[in-house]
Amino acid sequence: MLSIIVILPFISALFLGILYLSNPTKKRYKLYTLIGSGVPTVIAFISFGLFFKLFNGAPSLHEDLFNWIAIGDFEIPVAFTLDRLSSIMLVFISGIGALIHIYATGYMRDEEGYGKFFSYFNFFMGAMFLLILANNPIMMFIGWELVGLASYLLIGFYHQDHDNITAANKAFILNRVGDFGFIMGIALLFISLEGTAFTFDAIALNIHNIDLQTLTWIGILLFIGAMGKSAQIPLYVWLPDAMAGPTPVSALIHAATMVTAGVYMVARYSFLYVEIPQVGLFIAYIGAFSALFAAIIATYQSDIKKILAYSTMSQLGYMFIAVGLGAYSSGVFHVFTHAFFKALLFMGAGAVIIALHHEQNIFKMGGLKKQLPLVYVTMFVATLAISGIAPFAGFFSKDAILASAFASEHYLIWGIGSFTAFLTAFYMFRLLFTVFIAPASSENKLHSLPKSMTWPLVVLAIGSATAGFLGRNEAYGGENWMGHFLALPDMVIHLSHKSEYLLGGLNMLLGLSGMFLAYKMFAIKSEAPQERHFFNRLVINKFYVDTLYTRIFVQPLLLLSHLIANVIDPKLFDGIITTLSQGYLLVGRQFSRLQSGKVRLYAIQILVGISLMSYYMLFKLGVLG
Amino acid sequence: MSAHLFFLLVALLFSIGLVGVISRRNLFVVYMSVELMLSAITLLFATLSQTLNSANASVMSLLTIAIIAAEAALFLAMIIHLYRINRTLDSEQCTSLKQEAL
Repeated sequence: MLSIIVILPFISALFLGILYLSNPTKKRYKLYTLIGSGVPTVIAFISFGLFFKLFNGAPSLHEDLFNWIAIGDFEIPVAFTLDRLSSIMLVFISGIGALIHIYATGYMRDEEGYGKFFSYFNFFMGAMFLLILANNPIMMFIGWELVGLASYLLIGFYHQDHDNITAANKAFILNRVGDFGFIMGIALLFISLEGTAFTFDAIALNIHNIDLQTLTWIGILLFIGAMGKSAQIPLYVWLPDAMAGPTPVSALIHAATMVTAGVYMVARYSFLYVEIPQVGLFIAYIGAFSALFAAIIATYQSDIKKILAYSTMSQLGYMFIAVGLGAYSSGVFHVFTHAFFKALLFMGAGAVIIALHHEQNIFKMGGLKKQLPLVYVTMFVATLAISGIAPFAGFFSKDAILASAFASEHYLIWGIGSFTAFLTAFYMFRLLFTVFIAPASSENKLHSLPKSMTWPLVVLAIGSATAGFLGRNEAYGGENWMGHFLALPDMVIHLSHKSEYLLGGLNMLLGLSGMFLAYKMFAIKSEAPQERHFFNRLVINKFYVDTLYTRIFVQPLLLLSHLIANVIDPKLFDGIITTLSQGYLLVGRQFSRLQSGKVRLYAIQILVGISLMSYYMLFKLGVLG
Repeated sequence: MSAHLFFLLVALLFSIGLVGVISRRNLFVVYMSVELMLSAITLLFATLSQTLNSANASVMSLLTIAIIAAEAALFLAMIIHLYRINRTLDSEQCTSLKQEAL
């Protein structure tokens, strides 16, 4: 069953691709829809079945397909494992993935490359399943690269616009930087293990044979991979630009699933990271600063999708705080709840964008509450969830993360996390109030929304409201089912119920004050941010990080390329080769004079030649010497 | 007579032939010069046969004389043929094997 989950999307992607290429202009809306959204739906049901098997206490499922590489005793099998961690990932990725596929049938309906889109989209699903179900780092890396490829293809889906191509290239190249670290980490791990079996289980058993310093390097290198994929400082700049892709892509790949692969990876290697808490702390600080940084930028953005992109980065920062501090199951729990509300937010944003004929600036929207009540209600739920208002999903997961930060006595991380929670509530409600409540700046004639775009919102809204209950800890009357189910090597935290209530209350207070501030500032009258003073200008221009990267990396590289292309190559290398060939011609011309056609000259040449040879021989024989 | 005089004669004949080949343009004279060089070599063989008391060199010189006879026939035929094509016996005019300028 596991291999079907991985292979089926690839087959359907291939089939759709061939079908599309056979006649790109032909409309096969029904066929594409049936295959494109049918396959993920079937897989979602299979995944639920498998999940409930594990839920009812079955041990991990293994499936060996074939041996990919066999060198002596060493083997890399193409094998899949469904353990508790991957089953959680599988169930929400396939479920939300299926919903987003259905949503995309509405969103992409009038697009020209409808078949191509679903081919890429199914390909992504297959790659993502490969990533999470892989039972060894090599297979995981292949999945990791393939999701990157799918992301690249889908960001550049509207390839008629050159900016989108640039965005796709940016995402791809920045991910290469991260992947370089990732593959170096795998290689170092492989070398250090000295040829013992290379599956996650076997690595976990042999991890104690590696010395601490090597382990630290492995941890850092693997995390560089996670930085790239999960858009953390300093490799985050691709994520906001990745919003150039269609909105379902942003919802599925750049919010719910692919970008959380880094968190999943760290949780997957939790057996490694528990050995090196100092690297974990580094991860947590990177996460904390990413969360704060992205949240600050998000408060001044005016593109609806970019706000959500920065918000995604910010939430990913929370997840890295959790996995960095060793609260792996809290991190995975936040991945899980985040997938619901962030997918919902993106899909709601997509619905708004379609209704307003591809308008993305929130300050040109307004007063949509009456016209799009369903979208308003569902997005309200998602916004409450992300802002950490009880009892919606985000409250429990964010609270678990902040509680573990507090309990581990890293108060700076905890402080940053709490302040970011306030900012999160502020910018999310700023978005919500500006789009739905503030008076419209102009009268809009709305595009009607198909059913396929609205009811997935309802399903996800229910999920966003309730998913948090899966991980309630004792203080809130639950038993932290998620944590017990995952059984990851979490750090043990000791917090009294009283302090948990205090922390939870503080989070609620911060969320509500953010909401209140946003209401005051944007519900009555909303206006786009102006570049007024220094700080303001800094944030609107995203701290000039993009400019900085362009100056430091892109421009010197371009300059070097120009130098090589225009000076070194034509002048130096071509010069050398031209000189050489000219020299050969010159010498040849001189030598061709010998072939004069004059017999007497030839006779002299023969005479001279034989004389020299004779002289040499006489000399050698010692007659003359 | 000592062998040295014969060697001197051989060298003299060979050199005259060589100078003839190089300096003369008439193909007949060139041919005769070549023959002179060959005859010089034949004489060398004969002289060596005498000084070394060996029949091998005599056999060689007799063989060479036979080959010279055959070669003379070919050479004359070729000169006549060349004359028919070029209407001249000047070797400077027969430059069809020359490398054209690049």
